[in-house]
Amino acid sequence: MTLQALLIALVLIVVIFHAHLGLFSGMTLIERRVLAFMQFRLGPNRTGPFGLLQPVADGIKLFFKEEVMPEGANKFGFFLAPMVAIVCAFSAMAVIPYGPAFHLPSFGFMPEWLRGRLITPQIADLEIGLLFIFAVNAVGVYAIVMAGWAANNKFSLLGGLRSSAQMFSYELALGLSWVGIIMLAGSFKVGDIVEAQAGPIWKWNLFMQFPAFVVYLIAGTAEVSRLPFDLPEGETELVAGFHTEYSSMKFALIQMAEYVNMITVAVLVALLFLGGWHLGLGFAAPPLVGFLAFLAKVGAILFFFIWLRGTLPRFRYDQLMDFGWKILIPIAAINILVTAGLVAFLGQR
Amino acid sequence: MHFTASDGVFLAFAAITVGSAVVVTLARSLIYSAFALLFTFFGVAGLYLLLGADFIAASQLLIYVGGILVLLLFGVMLTHKLYDLDLKSEVTQFAPAAIVAAGLFVVLAVLGFRTTWKIGPGRAPSATTDEIGHLFMGQYLLPFEAASVLLLVALIGAAMIVRRKKEA
Repeated sequence: MTLQALLIALVLIVVIFHAHLGLFSGMTLIERRVLAFMQFRLGPNRTGPFGLLQPVADGIKLFFKEEVMPEGANKFGFFLAPMVAIVCAFSAMAVIPYGPAFHLPSFGFMPEWLRGRLITPQIADLEIGLLFIFAVNAVGVYAIVMAGWAANNKFSLLGGLRSSAQMFSYELALGLSWVGIIMLAGSFKVGDIVEAQAGPIWKWNLFMQFPAFVVYLIAGTAEVSRLPFDLPEGETELVAGFHTEYSSMKFALIQMAEYVNMITVAVLVALLFLGGWHLGLGFAAPPLVGFLAFLAKVGAILFFFIWLRGTLPRFRYDQLMDFGWKILIPIAAINILVTAGLVAFLGQR
Repeated sequence: MHFTASDGVFLAFAAITVGSAVVVTLARSLIYSAFALLFTFFGVAGLYLLLGADFIAASQLLIYVGGILVLLLFGVMLTHKLYDLDLKSEVTQFAPAAIVAAGLFVVLAVLGFRTTWKIGPGRAPSATTDEIGHLFMGQYLLPFEAASVLLLVALIGAAMIVRRKKEA
């Protein structure tokens, strides 16, 4: 890898990382405001215009809060858990393309090698792209198990166990729902899967793989523990689940990991099922339009998550497990069989 | 010998693997062993990656870290007897274990030095996923299918064992 490519990758990392941080703090406000409107309240609107500075205030508050470590907690695990959570959450974004490839404009002040250079807004185009995201997700479960166990609190332990059992069950359905689209695209690369959806709108996996889309949306919601699957944090039963004992910046880190995971799921739904940066009109849009379309799709799905939270009650635990194992996984498995048959007889697409 | 960057990465991953494996065997509490095993698996996945086996590395993380070890931790956390167990090795266990370990080490070392390893010119690792898929569905179809049937049998067997007896 040349120095130039390395430099570009570095810039991409910084930009994508900070875009996520910004989106995370934005989401905390948007979620509270939108939820409030759904419940005929106003939500936080005092800090700055429209409450726009609320995330800043929250951040400062969390910074200055006292760090509390419960007595009898396992120090090592207690410290490590938020770190594992955040590392896993942020690693997944390494293989995701955040928009179509585009040529840089040529300006006089730019060095020669940058002018008109083709840039793909993706940090690393791994051959095993989706598999990598899946593996990193799998490691993320440990943050929750560790946090629940290390805090030496019954609620935390129960929350940790519930959470990991839930992630474990739904991860299977989630992985199986991907198999169909991988077969259709013939590649694990997220970029290839997006390109396979180019053309008219019915080429989108939303239509070609509708069962997989439904399974992924549900399993993804469960994976990031959003309502109606937020049993790990069911406050009426478990105080706050696995992060009951966390305060200050560690709490902020755990929250950040959860939101970043949610954003990743939304981005993946947009890329894998909604055609990514393709408009579905049968012709290739200019990169900027494609990028805006991609952002709009991600925004719509994030809004959908908030909407769900404002609408649905929580599942009961046994219902949750039944639903995962007895409904979602069979649907995903049948979808794989049918898709495999169609691909074998008709070829890819 | 010239010390390259990949040597450094190898040493780092090897240190993670071996170091955490030592913790796995020596830890007094079973839960520490289980958590240390996480880092062992992680180190091994890193070694796979270094050897250009990206698919196996991801599968290693997915299956061993994401599946098997979580189940193991579940078992430990939910079983009170295991959770509070204070593990102590006695001298009578220590001696045979040392002998077996030393013997295995000698065998492996001799084998390692005697084998003439295939050393090719260094090249960028190519993608393996495609090839693995073709080999599984072609040349190695029978062993692959046999393994899957075996796993299915194990799955059904496990489900049969834990199934509640019907109350008459």
